[in-house]
Amino acid sequence: MYPSRFGYEAPKSIEEAIGYLTAGAGEAKILAGGQSLVPMLKLRFAAPEMLVDINSIPGLDYINIGADGSIRIGALVRHEDIERSEELKTAQPTLAAAAHLVADPIVRTRGTFVGSVCHADPQGDWAAAMTALGGHIVVQGPKGKREIAMKDFVLGPFQNALAFNEIAIEAVIPAPQGTPVGSYLKLERRVGDFATASVAVALNIQGGNVVRAGIALAGVGGRTIDATEAASVLVGKPLSEDSILAAAEAVAAAAEPRTDHRGSSDYKRQIVKTFVSRILTGIANSEQKVA
Amino acid sequence: MALDEIKIGGMGASRRRVEDNRFIRGKGNYVDDIVLPGMLHMEILRSPMAHARIKSIDVSAAWEVPGVRLVLTGEMMAARNLAWMPTLSYDTQAVLATDKVRFQGQEVAAVIADDPYIAKDACQKIVVEYEALPVIVNPFQAMEASSELIRDDKENQPTNKIFDWEIGDKEGTDKAFAAADHVSKLELHYPRSHPSPMETCGSIADFNRATGKLTVYMTSQAPHIVRAAVAMVAELPEHMIRIVSPDLGGGFGNKVPIYPGYVISILASILTERPVKWIEDKTGNLISTGFGRDVYLKGELALRKDGKILGVRMNTISDHGAFYADAQPSKFKIGLMHSTFAAYDIPVAHLTSTGYYTNKAPGGVAYRCSFRVTEAMFFQERMVQAAADDLGIDQAEIRRMNFVKDDDFPHRTAFGFLTDSGQYEKCLNIGLEAIGYSTFKAEQEEARKRGRLLGIGISTMTEPLGAGNSKEYDILGIKMFDSAELRVHMSGKAILRTGAMNQGQGHQTTWAQIVAHELGIPADDVTVEEGDTDTAPFGMGTYASRSTPVAGAAVAMVSRKIRAKARKIAAHLLEVSEEDIEWELGRFYVRSNHERGVTIQDCAMAAYSNLPDGMEPGLENNAYYDPPNLTWPFACYIAKVEIDPETGVWDVLQFVAVDDCGVRINPMVVEGQIMGGLTEAYAMSSMQYQTYDEEGNCIGSNYMDYLLPTAWETPGFELYEVVTPCPHHPIGAKGIGECATVGGPAAFVNAVMDALKHTGVRNIDMPMMPNRVYEALQTGKDISGMPPVRSGD
Ligand SMILES: Cc1cc2nc3c(=O)[nH]c(=O)nc-3n(C[C@H](O)[C@H](O)[C@H](O)COP(=O)(O)OP(=O)(O)OC[C@H]3O[C@@H](n4cnc5c(N)ncnc54)[C@H](O)[C@@H]3O)c2cc1C
Repeated sequence: MYPSRFGYEAPKSIEEAIGYLTAGAGEAKILAGGQSLVPMLKLRFAAPEMLVDINSIPGLDYINIGADGSIRIGALVRHEDIERSEELKTAQPTLAAAAHLVADPIVRTRGTFVGSVCHADPQGDWAAAMTALGGHIVVQGPKGKREIAMKDFVLGPFQNALAFNEIAIEAVIPAPQGTPVGSYLKLERRVGDFATASVAVALNIQGGNVVRAGIALAGVGGRTIDATEAASVLVGKPLSEDSILAAAEAVAAAAEPRTDHRGSSDYKRQIVKTFVSRILTGIANSEQKVA
Repeated sequence: MALDEIKIGGMGASRRRVEDNRFIRGKGNYVDDIVLPGMLHMEILRSPMAHARIKSIDVSAAWEVPGVRLVLTGEMMAARNLAWMPTLSYDTQAVLATDKVRFQGQEVAAVIADDPYIAKDACQKIVVEYEALPVIVNPFQAMEASSELIRDDKENQPTNKIFDWEIGDKEGTDKAFAAADHVSKLELHYPRSHPSPMETCGSIADFNRATGKLTVYMTSQAPHIVRAAVAMVAELPEHMIRIVSPDLGGGFGNKVPIYPGYVISILASILTERPVKWIEDKTGNLISTGFGRDVYLKGELALRKDGKILGVRMNTISDHGAFYADAQPSKFKIGLMHSTFAAYDIPVAHLTSTGYYTNKAPGGVAYRCSFRVTEAMFFQERMVQAAADDLGIDQAEIRRMNFVKDDDFPHRTAFGFLTDSGQYEKCLNIGLEAIGYSTFKAEQEEARKRGRLLGIGISTMTEPLGAGNSKEYDILGIKMFDSAELRVHMSGKAILRTGAMNQGQGHQTTWAQIVAHELGIPADDVTVEEGDTDTAPFGMGTYASRSTPVAGAAVAMVSRKIRAKARKIAAHLLEVSEEDIEWELGRFYVRSNHERGVTIQDCAMAAYSNLPDGMEPGLENNAYYDPPNLTWPFACYIAKVEIDPETGVWDVLQFVAVDDCGVRINPMVVEGQIMGGLTEAYAMSSMQYQTYDEEGNCIGSNYMDYLLPTAWETPGFELYEVVTPCPHHPIGAKGIGECATVGGPAAFVNAVMDALKHTGVRNIDMPMMPNRVYEALQTGKDISGMPPVRSGD
């Protein structure tokens, strides 16, 4: 496992990093946690000329929860930081539920939340969670900052909307209306395996009614599947057996699974349906829905 | 005044493993840790195609990479008569391909350079032109008349068949089936898996032109066999070859065969006159080195109404990959497959086997088991379960009824093995009690009413361990004995060397315990060394659970020789005749006066300082041990599972293991072996397998695709012990290293089948991945064969 020769820079500021990316003219790559990039280098699936290591840039490892409940996650927040955050456990149940299902404990100490979203793996867990949450990514390039909504950020398998000289600097989850409830379920063959199918559910509940329903899927399509439209059957009323069943079926229909060594497309749809229904039933039966 | 055996780390002491100290501190010494002056690095270019004719190989660009010292191709190997090498099954295997590539990952060229990065860069610059040929990925394709001939290099090889073989009594078996009340049939596939030790294979070849000596540091479970083979292949004199196996990061049978990489590194060192290191990467290890299993079974049991088995008929078809490279020491083509049903009193049996070449990696075929024993016992226990279900008999009862009884030993099996001892029913009873079998049926019924699917699966088996007796077992004509050499220093400390080769079994710990048991020298005072053919005495290596049965016996025997000499010295020191001397642990004393005695350490000192007249000085000896029979441990494994009917995910609620491996030298080490084996058994049943798509691409070439369970998935195991000493082993021990891998898988599969019994499903082939279990539940149909592979991506 010996990668091709590459150059290496460890800039101390975002501006300096953008400078290296611009000079690299598409041949330079950002190195964050390295948990996706380094395996690709070792397998020689990727052979960039230059790695721009952003780990020495100060001030990017924050999880900020605003008074309104909005959440900002800096580019150097590790999976493990999400997993261990006590605040997120109450402020953002979907993220909290997903955190311990991403990769394995070793990978979680290095891999970053934002890097994972940038990697745009169709089986990636955080892109699915962020999509369900209706979040966006703040990116910075030579001309300054811009925001890209999650639904526009992931373009296809391993393809994101960043220009070659842009850096994703933070992930933002908007303030909830009412109480944020939700969860994440993943079927994996083993710890550290990518999802055979996983389901991210993020609801806002106000006055007993569902006011926003975000559902996204990983592992069941060529990219992260945004099933929010299918989930709209839930909106405007309390969760009920009927609405849960309708949503589970609609979301399963929105999946685009392929038959492979992890299972047939029918099987994966069945998992999606089961998981949607289990998460929603769990919410309906728990105190999460109170507000 | 005898010593406390446990205190000195003797037999029965759960002494901490001596090896772990250095491993835990990162102070082990693996092949890749060794750095020699002037050492070069080798990288192998592997074939991306499974079956293709090589039209041309252009290495010119590779030569131009700065730092490249040598580029080797099959043609250059052929010029030195080294393009092909013999396998341990009397076939040939390509070292570097000359004519065709026959599996994905086959060795095509090698680059030797100043560092491994350069070697890898240069490998990518080699241009090989391939012409694709039809690919054969299973034996059923291989047997078609129109199928492409894989081994067109061989004379007298008109088809892809390697062998036809049979054993047992065909006529008698036919009669038994004709007379049976019921015939129970089952077709099974034991999927291909890979032993996948954490450390891959590798070598450092160091040929010294000045001395003429070749030293090879390598990852071998059997360094002495390698020396013999290198002497034959490279035509070097045996005393000019030194094979050193340092610490091994696991083996599981993967490090028994001789691989092209070793041979190429040796030639590279001879040509460059520099040490050449080759360390395989994980993918190289997974796609090109010895796999295990890949056998299809058609099994039939002739049964009396009450469940008594009247006869066994089995037909196996095995997939050996592109070269027939089974590293097995028996004359039996399908290894010890015919040890199947050895725990049961079967009147008559017949087994037919056919082996085929395919465009897949060649195999050593044994993965933590004696050759084909894992398949033999899995097939047996699945067939017994199916028979019980077919007849509507209790699964514990059918085993009890057919077991060989305690007083029927030695027992001649239907296939001719002689099992030595056991208390099968006792083990089963302990297991059933522990799992709560008597109340389970009610629990299962009740759970089913609430939509929960529970099942219990039993697997009971005895297996032949410790190849072997020299009449029936040999490798390249060399008999399967082992030896030990013990030298007691004047202070009473000692060094022991054997021809076995530790790779995680804890020899350094347990061999010293045998010495402690026999001589009363504290285990901490005994150094144990293995693996260097210049210093270690001859031995056939460590695999097939043979170390304690064979080398361990030699350790006991050499210790007894030492004790016999020490007794003479003691008589001299105590000024009495030898007949008046008694022995207790660590000490000789005068029979009439227990107070008057000398310790073994006193005798050691006297051996160098105060000998009786005419006695040869020193206190050292060696012993060769030729086992009279294999040893026959017994195991009863019982799993209790629950299936989630909406996802097909199954969880192990409880797992009980009752092992009888005779006398336990170090109970903790034994339990470690059982735990490790059960983990692998769980792995086989649930996720660990290798498959190939239609083009011969290996699915399972890295740890994202080739799944090994982690501590998270692996269930807890409850261990129980029964001790039936082996009647023909000097310390009563039997093999244990592989029982759990061999016997474990059927317990998991039988448990899932038990949970599905009401649906009419009789079989799900391993791995029982959730999607397969779900499909069986939905359709009520059996799920057979390898899982479908990736389509398109
Ligand atoms: C054994 C193993 C198991 C895994 N299992 C899972 C799993 O179950 N689920 C899952 O979701 N993931 C899994 N992963 C992937 C893991 O989560 C990675 O950490 C993650 O995908 C990438 O984050 P990273 O910080 O490591 O990014 P890196 O590997 O450093 O980078 C990944 C890609 O994103 C780009 N990038 C990174 N950060 C930025 C940024 N700030 N701006 C712009 N581009 C950027 C890089 O240039 C690169 O192309 C697994 C990884 C391993 C090794």
